[in-house]
Amino acid sequence: MTTTAERSAPHPAFTDAEAGAQEFPDSNARRYNYFTPAKRRQSHYEDVTVEVQPDPRHYLSQGWLYGFSDGRGGYPLEWTELKAWGSDRPVPERFPGSGGKGYDWPAHGWHEFRDPNEEWELTFYRYNSNVVRQINQNVETARETKAFEQWTPNWVTFVERNVGAWMHVEHGLGLYVFANAQRRAPTNMHNNAISVNSMHRIRFAQDLALYNLTLSEEIEGFDGTAHVATWNSDPAWQGVREVAEAMTTIDDWAEAVFVANVVFEPLVGELFRSHLVQQAAPGNGDFVTPTVVGAGEHDYAERDLRYTRAMFELLTDDREFADHNVAVLDRWLSEWTPRCITAARKLQPLWSQPDAKPPRFEDGLDRAKNRFAGILSDLRLQTPKELTQ
Amino acid sequence: MSRQSVAKAHEKIQELAWDPLYHSPVSQYGTDYTFQKAKKKDPLKQVLRSYFPMQEEKDNRVYGASDGAIRGNMFRQVQPRWLEWQKLFLSIIPLPEISAARAMPLLFNTVPNPELHNGQAIQMIDEVRHSTIQQNLKRLYMNNYIDPAGFNSSLRNFQNDYCGTIGRQFAEGFITGDAITAASIYLTIVAETAFTNTLFVAMPAEAAANGDYLLPTVFHSVQSDESRHISNGYATLLMALSDEGNHQLLERDLRYAWWNNHRVVDAAIGTFIEYGTKDRRKDRESYAEMWRRWIYDDYYRSYLVPLEKYGLVIPHDLIEESWNQIWNEGYVHEVAQFFATGWLANYWRIDPMTDEDFEWFEHKYPGWYSKYGAWWENYARLSVANGHNPIALEDVDYVYPARCWTCMVPCLVREDMVMAEVDGQMRTYCHEACRWTDTVAFRPTYQGRETPNMGQLIGKREWETLYHGWNWADVVSDMGYVRDDGKTLVAQPHLDLDPKKMWTLDHLRRCPPLQSPNVLLNEMTPEQQAAFHADYVRQGPAGRPAPAA
Ligand SMILES: [Fe+2]
Ligand SMILES: [Fe+2]
Repeated sequence: MTTTAERSAPHPAFTDAEAGAQEFPDSNARRYNYFTPAKRRQSHYEDVTVEVQPDPRHYLSQGWLYGFSDGRGGYPLEWTELKAWGSDRPVPERFPGSGGKGYDWPAHGWHEFRDPNEEWELTFYRYNSNVVRQINQNVETARETKAFEQWTPNWVTFVERNVGAWMHVEHGLGLYVFANAQRRAPTNMHNNAISVNSMHRIRFAQDLALYNLTLSEEIEGFDGTAHVATWNSDPAWQGVREVAEAMTTIDDWAEAVFVANVVFEPLVGELFRSHLVQQAAPGNGDFVTPTVVGAGEHDYAERDLRYTRAMFELLTDDREFADHNVAVLDRWLSEWTPRCITAARKLQPLWSQPDAKPPRFEDGLDRAKNRFAGILSDLRLQTPKELTQ
Repeated sequence: MSRQSVAKAHEKIQELAWDPLYHSPVSQYGTDYTFQKAKKKDPLKQVLRSYFPMQEEKDNRVYGASDGAIRGNMFRQVQPRWLEWQKLFLSIIPLPEISAARAMPLLFNTVPNPELHNGQAIQMIDEVRHSTIQQNLKRLYMNNYIDPAGFNSSLRNFQNDYCGTIGRQFAEGFITGDAITAASIYLTIVAETAFTNTLFVAMPAEAAANGDYLLPTVFHSVQSDESRHISNGYATLLMALSDEGNHQLLERDLRYAWWNNHRVVDAAIGTFIEYGTKDRRKDRESYAEMWRRWIYDDYYRSYLVPLEKYGLVIPHDLIEESWNQIWNEGYVHEVAQFFATGWLANYWRIDPMTDEDFEWFEHKYPGWYSKYGAWWENYARLSVANGHNPIALEDVDYVYPARCWTCMVPCLVREDMVMAEVDGQMRTYCHEACRWTDTVAFRPTYQGRETPNMGQLIGKREWETLYHGWNWADVVSDMGYVRDDGKTLVAQPHLDLDPKKMWTLDHLRRCPPLQSPNVLLNEMTPEQQAAFHADYVRQGPAGRPAPAA
């Protein structure tokens, strides 16, 4: 709130305080030395991310200082049922004369996770700025070339209602699944990756909302509010809504991320976006919607799924708790797979709405199921029997 | 933004908020505050389509300046006295930043207004920005400044040192306990609205005066996000105020948050600005002058006081008392002296003060020399190892202080020290306000009212206790503050990098063992404890022993 006039600076003085000006112990020790890099050389991403969130199991000698009313502070490992090696060892006891040392870094396997997208602020803002610039440009070009005039009336209705309704899914998951989960994972690597995921979804929700606004300005009779009614009461959407809301009730942060990115996204998200919207649009004269929806599709398929895979692979491959983790993940799969399939099936009436029909619903669903099974096999998980329903 | 005005776009994205029909979201954070659900306006009016390119543009300026600083050999003109203190500051600050990100979801369920959540999500990612951009700045210092020691071990140091514990309150206080106390009052209403001015405006000005123009570039960029966060906090505060039942809790939380921020932030930033600078021009503002203007006038008089008419009970007494601490009790000077006394447990080097420094201090704080001058002359005299021990273990008229159990800064204004027996332990507090925080505020009832969601102060809160009875060489080795020759300390009480002038583990090995004041206190009989207290409050200023009765 304060602004202040630039203060005058004294004359510069030469101090010779640059690297290499003198030799002395540590004069060449120019590397963050408190963690082991994942590869031979530590990455820029690791340098700005690793260890920012502390852990009493290694360096945090005085422990957490503030707790909730139950006395638990910081980032309890029990906030997920999954375990990484070393999780069961007790927090080192510190007492008068105990010294400060905990276990050797990393103390447990959670600290081994690295975001393969290597997201930090520089990469994050560059990527998302490019996306919004690209979308702006595409929509603007479409407007200038009157591309929306090619749309059939049924397609206009389809977009105002159904593409519109999808913004609510993105917004709800972005805030109440992902932004919520980034408070709860045990390392900074997890939480930063999850917060980036959260912003992808919130951005995509806004992309869809602003696209909807453009369409209501450009297309005669386009109802810019229809998406709300569709989301609130169209029976075809209530399955998606029910399962999206159900995901916000999940207490376990890893379960929330797993269900959203491993189960819901391939079975419902990609089914709707890739196998319906992207397939149906060109036949109905629409070459613009796929570029907007494609940005969100790309976020998920190329980035968010990528970190999710790395995060859970580490756990199903854990040297101590692989079996435990696989059993927990199997349980989550058998609970959430049928719920997502039910939501997917309820969407089926959408397939018959456009004039130019997309490939059959059952074919799309089969491809979604294959994709899902492929992700599971990458994670060394079995396809749940509920998938065949 | 093309065609669509920002206002229209913003109005459109309001359509994104929806209430659940089938399931209520999980409730993971509690509050004793109550909120009425009411249609609210999103105070931020931020649309990501313009937000991302705006932030990218800011980044371009920051990284452009970084490249320029390296090409232009900025480090040939940087004052090592200043940059050494950045080893402490930049070890602390990335955690508070990321904690602010983590704090945002505490508000989702507790403040039932989905219109505010968009702004909170943007604050979340802003804070990820701040944390990583600061880690990056520190990395740049490590790579380009003459002495990387302490930068290279930064986050380990921060996590196992007593200075880290002080700084961590400014992070953990955001993310635990009553959700509104933490993420709204402590974080946004006090830490961000009041104290980021000293962090992100005063610090950069001082950096520039010490030849470092990179820190200003980064921190001004950070500060430019802050006004959005302040708006988030203000919107929540007004909603809280609209329910009378919250007023008592608001009063409690403002008292706690104000006092803790004063204790922690003024200790650290005050020291950096007054003792980490080489700029001794008489017309440069002292920390006290800056504080008076930015915190007292801009925050207290202009921001807080107008809220009184909505029923906010403002801790006038504590604000005046903070000023009294800074102006009359020498709070910042006492803290700086303590940091320098304990240099051997640090991970940065502290430059002795010179005649020029003395003159400036005397000019800005009349009477300074008679209190602190002799001690700093001793500090300079004892700075190069020459058969003597570090100053903490030499007789220089300084009594090693007891630690405040609440704010974890030692009890330095000796006359204010109070004690209380809590949970079977005799605790010392730097001030009545810190005792109140522990014994009254952070409890499951407050003034007869149930406060089941209030947090707890936990942890091993006196660093010295962990090392009670240890040899100092083992303490420093255990913490890892040793350079790559295996014996030279990271910390030094001077800036000379000649290896022959630097302190090593061998110098510490022959020192007497570390004693925890709190362990000793708890070994005393009640009578001895009373005598200890009576003596303690007669000590000072500048840590002097009590005069003979
Ligand atoms: Fe920040
Ligand atoms: Fe205190």
